[in-house]
Amino acid sequence: MIDPRLHVIGKRLEKIKKIIAVSGGKGGIGKSTVASVLALCMAKNGYKAGLLDLDLSGPSTHVILGIEGTYPEEDKGLIPPEVNGIKYMSIIYFAGNNPSPLRGNDISNIIIELLTITIWGQLDVLILDMPPGISDSILDVIRLIKKMEFLVVAVPSKVAIGVMKKELKILMELNIPVMGVLENMRRKESPLLSDMIDDLNIPILGSIDLDQAIEDATGNMDRLTETGFYKQLDRVFNARTKDML
Amino acid sequence: MHEWALAESVICTISDEIIKNKLNRISRVIVKIGELQQIDLDIFRFALDTVLASCEPAVEKGSIILETELSTLKCNVCENEWSFGENIKNMQGDEAEAIHFIPEIAHTYMRCPACGSPDFKIKKGRGVWIESIEGEI
Repeated sequence: MIDPRLHVIGKRLEKIKKIIAVSGGKGGIGKSTVASVLALCMAKNGYKAGLLDLDLSGPSTHVILGIEGTYPEEDKGLIPPEVNGIKYMSIIYFAGNNPSPLRGNDISNIIIELLTITIWGQLDVLILDMPPGISDSILDVIRLIKKMEFLVVAVPSKVAIGVMKKELKILMELNIPVMGVLENMRRKESPLLSDMIDDLNIPILGSIDLDQAIEDATGNMDRLTETGFYKQLDRVFNARTKDML
Repeated sequence: MHEWALAESVICTISDEIIKNKLNRISRVIVKIGELQQIDLDIFRFALDTVLASCEPAVEKGSIILETELSTLKCNVCENEWSFGENIKNMQGDEAEAIHFIPEIAHTYMRCPACGSPDFKIKKGRGVWIESIEGEI
């Protein structure tokens, strides 16, 4: 028995220059906000950007960016709708706002199916919003997507960094490229993150301060671009990640 | 027309197998089509033939055989088994269409008819896969 979908995924992604998986171990550390706003930054900087929400049980990038009333177009596959310059795909187009209780094998099948039927076309960058943890979703994208790098989000918390460090270790063990760690929700200058990952020799891309304004701006792309969060992420992007594209 | 994307995956697989096994001719390919994905067989066949004609001359005309398979869903809680066909009459059209695109979305819209649990496995008849490829070196 052969799963034919695995043979076409490379073709579906071949016109994408860079694929960045935004992950980070613990939940609630702002991965989806970073992934969403990073896609917005890329689009605003003139890059052809895509965003694929792979947090199948808790998709939220559509809420953060205020994406509603769109649907993929069927044409020899599914063509993601383009919203403010971002080509967007998520399980919400199929499950709506209903809960999707999924076991591991179901998660793998959904990721494979989305990668098989989504026609991204040419992109400078595709951002993947990963769920928390190092289980099925992360193992599947490592297995299925060859030219991919991880951008790992951390918050200044011993507990969260400890979990994030486990992810970094497994990525390094598997020789998966890591762009670096992005510190999120910073409250004060602290050496905690650099001290805790010093032994791994992974760059810290920058820090984003805890921004109370992000909640009020959620769901509105124009307002998101006015937040300190956006401006700091844009600076990090322009200083560090832009050269990687 | 997302059947086209799945048909393309079948042809890509055949092409990969030709290279991997150094085959000169493909005589028989059995493609299974699971009930849950509700593939339009006419569109799928048309897409297969069109993609095939454009890229893979080593495949004999009429050698791709499509076989449909009924679905079996099994509840992980009470072990009840049922089929999508029995359940579809209770579903909205857009729910069935969502399952057509992503069969695992069945967990969003279907429940075990016996105990109401969303925790079930798709035992048979999920989507498109290749049962066998036969060819000559």
